[in-house]
Amino acid sequence: MTNLLLNGSPARPGRGQTPLLEVTDLSVTFPQRGGPAVQAVRGISYQVHKGEFLGIVGESGSGKSVSSLALMGLLPSSAVVTGSIMFGGRSLLDLNDQQLSRIRGREISMIFQDPLSALTPVYTVGDQIAEALLLHDPALTKRAAQVRAVELLTVVGIPAPERRARAFPHEFSGGMRQRAMIAMSIANDPLLIIADEPTTALDVTIQAQILEVLETAKNLTGAAVVLITHDLGVVAGHADRIAVMYAGKLVENGTTQEVFAAPHMPYTIGLLRSVPNMQTAGTERLVPLEGRPPSLTALPRGCPFAARCPISLDACHETEPVLLVHGNAGPAGMTAPGTAAPGAPVAGLAEAAHVAACHRSDEIADGVLTRPDVFPRPAPLAVAHREKDQDAQPVLTVTGLVRHFPLTKGGVFSRQIGTVRAVDGVSFSILPGQTLGLVGESGCGKSTTILEILEMTKPQAGQILIDGRDVTGLGRAELLRLRKDVQIVFQDPMAALDPRLPIGDIIGEPLTVHGVKPAARRARVAELLDLVGLDPQMADRYPHEFSGGQRQRVGIARALATNPRLVVLDEPVSALDVSIQAGVINLLEDLKEQLNLSYLFVAHDLAIVRQIADTVAVMYLGRIVEYGPVAEVFARPRHPYTQALISAAPIPDPVIERRRKRVLLQGDLPSPTEQIDGCNFRSRCPLYALLAPQDRSLCESVDPVLELHATVQTACHHVEQNELAISASLAGREEDLVL
Amino acid sequence: MAFYIFRRFVNYFFLSLIATCLAYVVSSLALDPAAKYYGRNPQPTQQTIDNILDGLGVNPNVPVLQRLWDWLVNLVVHGSLGTGVNGVSIGDQIISRAGVSLRLLLIGSLIGALVGVTLGVWGAVRQYKLSDQVVTYGSYLIFATPTFVIGVLLMIAATALNGAAGAQLINFTGEYSAGLSGSWWDLTLDRGVHLLLPTIALVLIGAAGYSRYQRSVMLDVLSADFIRTARAKGRSRNSALVRHGVRVALIPMSTFFAYSFGTLVSGSIMLEIVFSFHGMGEFALNAISQSDINAVAGTTLFVAILILFSSTLSEVLYAALDPRVRN
Repeated sequence: MTNLLLNGSPARPGRGQTPLLEVTDLSVTFPQRGGPAVQAVRGISYQVHKGEFLGIVGESGSGKSVSSLALMGLLPSSAVVTGSIMFGGRSLLDLNDQQLSRIRGREISMIFQDPLSALTPVYTVGDQIAEALLLHDPALTKRAAQVRAVELLTVVGIPAPERRARAFPHEFSGGMRQRAMIAMSIANDPLLIIADEPTTALDVTIQAQILEVLETAKNLTGAAVVLITHDLGVVAGHADRIAVMYAGKLVENGTTQEVFAAPHMPYTIGLLRSVPNMQTAGTERLVPLEGRPPSLTALPRGCPFAARCPISLDACHETEPVLLVHGNAGPAGMTAPGTAAPGAPVAGLAEAAHVAACHRSDEIADGVLTRPDVFPRPAPLAVAHREKDQDAQPVLTVTGLVRHFPLTKGGVFSRQIGTVRAVDGVSFSILPGQTLGLVGESGCGKSTTILEILEMTKPQAGQILIDGRDVTGLGRAELLRLRKDVQIVFQDPMAALDPRLPIGDIIGEPLTVHGVKPAARRARVAELLDLVGLDPQMADRYPHEFSGGQRQRVGIARALATNPRLVVLDEPVSALDVSIQAGVINLLEDLKEQLNLSYLFVAHDLAIVRQIADTVAVMYLGRIVEYGPVAEVFARPRHPYTQALISAAPIPDPVIERRRKRVLLQGDLPSPTEQIDGCNFRSRCPLYALLAPQDRSLCESVDPVLELHATVQTACHHVEQNELAISASLAGREEDLVL
Repeated sequence: MAFYIFRRFVNYFFLSLIATCLAYVVSSLALDPAAKYYGRNPQPTQQTIDNILDGLGVNPNVPVLQRLWDWLVNLVVHGSLGTGVNGVSIGDQIISRAGVSLRLLLIGSLIGALVGVTLGVWGAVRQYKLSDQVVTYGSYLIFATPTFVIGVLLMIAATALNGAAGAQLINFTGEYSAGLSGSWWDLTLDRGVHLLLPTIALVLIGAAGYSRYQRSVMLDVLSADFIRTARAKGRSRNSALVRHGVRVALIPMSTFFAYSFGTLVSGSIMLEIVFSFHGMGEFALNAISQSDINAVAGTTLFVAILILFSSTLSEVLYAALDPRVRN
């Protein structure tokens, strides 16, 4: 990538002509042995025009991936696919595998979610890209295909492409593999690129890079793009149209402007209101979308969303609504002119219309029901406001914490060949009732930091004080008492709960360790279940009977069992579906108020950190590079890395998202084994690239330390002359910042 | 990489050495070579028996570690494996018999691996279909059947076939027809016909194991994302399965190859007896029944060397198949 700041201007989709792709009444069912079939997709219809960018949004299990695999013909043979898929005048469902394989990769190509497993491990990346070319062009020589593969790697921004083409996938980082996937997908200049959650497995900075590469690829080939995602922020910035899926149905379809500005379907409204937005987060409570999607094997009568819908009527439980155009006069400019008449059914002819499947969409569209009416924002919990005593003794103080891992080579006579500087001098403190958000890319040392704190042994260097007590040199009994005060909630609620224990035992286990009597334990478990919003009657049930959000509540209850003062939250919502996240975040905020807890909140989702944290610490390669009050850091990020992180995080609002200027980071996180002189962020620093040579020498020779600027500590030599700050701020400017 | 394989080779070398030493010690403790002399009538004098045992180096009155040391020194200095109870050098006996066993083992294990891998892939692709079920139950049946029963059943089938054809189509006793003379081609053909049944038996045993293992590995690979990627690129299902699927699913098979070779060696011992092959299997069995400690140790060394080579070969295969272990 030569340009740091790319501004993708959305190509004008060719509406009005014959659509490139026309999906009509597509259904996919998976028959089960001895049970009801899984109805993964139920009669969806949509169109994609030449050069159009369609975003398909939905939670896991909504059928968004299945429907796309169906049109590629890549579903397992057990799937029953009905309906029609017309692509360029051919009916894809009528073609056999041989005929489809001539279209796949040449006219339609696909990018998959997990770049780790999507490339064959035994062939070089160059060979795999060349394969895509050779399969569709028998006249091409192997040599020519290799040359073209190197060109494609250059296009997607892989440094040293000649050498990289000869490397195997395991020698690539996640972001580079996804670039290679994109190179493969554009190899034959396809008409349609389907990207199935292409950035979900990647860090936010890499996500921003990949989305830009995708945009570049789209502009180069003129292909239409179908981007499947659960992240509204990702589609907000790139998609022309958005289709929302729920329980195998398309529930809303319209232009990005329409869907974000005036959603007609309560589910869309709920999704939009529940997602924390970096701009507004922290000022108001999130709107929870309670419940869980229905089982696809036992769909209820009527609208599948009715059970979770706050405005459901009796009719909603009787008949399932169809996709219709709603409202007479939407907000000016929001509904495309010349669309079908209101109320007209749109079976397969959803030409540029904003359609929604809801019995009450007319009321919503006409403004009779406003969005706050549908999903009201919950009032803040009324608790006696505690005096936040700034002089209080911190619950946790970490000073100069160091954790280095020796890197050894050889089996029997191993010798040290390097050091992994996982944590390299980290200091922070958390006051009672406060939340510290710890953010950074994967591999920056967040997890090692919290493991060091929880381990409660003497650190390699530095000091850990819990409630003012140094953990070094404590006896066994004292340590056990101290462990009561610090508890953890894990990322994956599925993996963190023993599947063979009833949840009552899981929650009560910490109490057993601390010798609480059975009767008292049971009472406490009931109390805890009630506290986290679960029915105490459920104590005898097993984890598999609970949804992801409920399981995480069990995990929180377990952490609270010993009445801790500090709870370490290790990415507590990142494994949950978007609609569930808000409820858990609200619960955590309530518990903090009720129990005067302190949180150490580790996350990569900046909007959630903005929502819940009081202070934020940004980590890069084992160091904290910026540390200060959350509002100040987000409003005026001073360190170029923080600026890049914040500007990379997508905002679920197309108006803001398209106006924002991005500060893109180059490349990946360097290996923590590297010994970098001076500032270790230099190799990726967008500010360093702008500096005059005499200023650069400082970065090259002197390692910056945290210095106080107003209320924020920043480890950068050039905070004063940081011009990126303006472009990184959330408001953004109309003009491009050209480097 | 070459260094890595060399290191593994040295590793296996020491393992083989330990195995041989253990076999020597265990057989020295368990076998009583003097017993058959005491049973003779007239019984030889104790002096005579001691002389014979000392000559063979198996006198139980000498400490076992001393005897092991002498045996090893003899092996290293003179390249000799000692003398058997029949007075013939163990080394010479092994050399004359090894060819018979190796021919059977190499052909059997290679064809067995090929058939097994093919059946495994086929079974995985056609999971739960009739052909897969047949292969599955067939391989369980072979697992459950003792080797000699398979041999005998094959003989019965061959006899029936010969009877039906009215001619001696398949010979299955010994490695060649005694007294046959003719051109080189006739002799080779004759040996080939004799080799047929024991090879089929070995192939069945090998293929049963390989097919189960290959099937489960292939099933994992079938659902792998990279197969989907290959198809999304424009490969048809079958082409993607072969070019990307089988290629990756073969990687763990190279390790399995080393393990299964050991089982095959023990399986072939039984088959040699059943088909009257004068190979290493018969030799090993005779050694134990005659309390021939030197022969037992020699046989163990022979098998250990076979496993040493097959293990090293599997390391080379692994590195050739999987770029991820190459550095």
